Amino acid sequence: MDISGADFIRGLALLGAGLAMGLGAIGPGVGEGFAAGKACEAIGRKPEEAGLLTRTMLVGQAVSESTGIYSLVIALLLLFVV
Amino acid sequence: MFETIDYVQASLFLSSGLAMGFGAIGAGLGEGYAAGMANDGLSSRPEKSVEVIKNMLVGQAIAESAAIFALVVAILILFGNASGQPPLKLWACLGAGLSMGLAAIGSGIGAGLAAGKACIGIVRQPANSNRILTTMLIGSSVCQTPAIFGMVIAFLLLFLDLSAIPLYPGWAAVLGAGLSTGLSAIGPAIGEGIATTQAVDGVARHHETYSTTNRMLLVGLGVTESTAVYGFLISLMLLFYGFEESHTLTASMGLLSAGVCMGFGGIGPGLGEGITASLALRWIARKPEDSGILSRTMLVGMAVAESTGIYSLIIALLLIVVM
Repeated sequence: MDISGADFIRGLALLGAGLAMGLGAIGPGVGEGFAAGKACEAIGRKPEEAGLLTRTMLVGQAVSESTGIYSLVIALLLLFVV
Repeated sequence: MFETIDYVQASLFLSSGLAMGFGAIGAGLGEGYAAGMANDGLSSRPEKSVEVIKNMLVGQAIAESAAIFALVVAILILFGNASGQPPLKLWACLGAGLSMGLAAIGSGIGAGLAAGKACIGIVRQPANSNRILTTMLIGSSVCQTPAIFGMVIAFLLLFLDLSAIPLYPGWAAVLGAGLSTGLSAIGPAIGEGIATTQAVDGVARHHETYSTTNRMLLVGLGVTESTAVYGFLISLMLLFYGFEESHTLTASMGLLSAGVCMGFGGIGPGLGEGITASLALRWIARKPEDSGILSRTMLVGMAVAESTGIYSLIIALLLIVVM
């Protein structure tokens, strides 16, 4: 294997993209799932408040999603811009 | 000096150790948890020992199966033939060992969680022990499917004819294939175990909602499984996509990165969706009349939790197809 400097940089950028998205996906997945589970629990207790509870769940999940989206942005930057 | 055969032989031994070492973690933890919970229950009602011990042993046997898959793969790798093999075999063996070993972790833990909660349920409601056992069996057998994905990829890596794949970047493709299925199996399998614990608990407390709970359990398990399926898909793509020979590091790292990305990316959504399903099932069992709104919220919540898994799938596909 013959590695030049540019190739080395590009190769590690690709590896970084995979690591950023892969590791970055762990937290939001667990967190959003927990939020959704607790929303189900709350709706089980008070089904008449389902609208409010679902709205709160979605807002909370949207915030929790943000780190996943940061990872996606960084991964795409590493793939296509750097 | 080292010959190719020395490297391949060394890789066979290392991979065999990785397969069995990682593969033993989950089953050990899960079975220990099941035994602990069985004793926990029996300390309050020792007269139910026959039913509880029977249930504990059945649950432990299922948790053990993932470790047995790992043992079979480890033995196959250990006694594999190193002579006359291409250098790519070295990496394929490593991929096979990692795929099987990592995939077995979640399945053992998941099945153990389900078995432990079932023991507690039987102590509480011995009259429902058959239904509890059935629900536990549904959940813990679905927990084994990610380990089976890992085993399929390990067998493909061990027995596929690799001569068509160039060493560069093929080494990264086969290693990535192992990591993708192996890592992405951990989350869904544990998540499915968590979901099953509440279904088992619900059946124990409210046996009249048995059929609704089981139906919703299967829906929840099906969605939780999805990221393990993505991981399996990326592994198959890495094995069968067909790559041009390329000696650049970029080509190799792109493929390895695709496997790592989908592998890690599958862990979180699987765990999270399992937690969602478990809490939804708890209330579906308690209030089956609200199962419509509960299952709708469960599915919406799971869809959002799935999103990061889908981002990982997209990045992995971009790395394979575009880069």
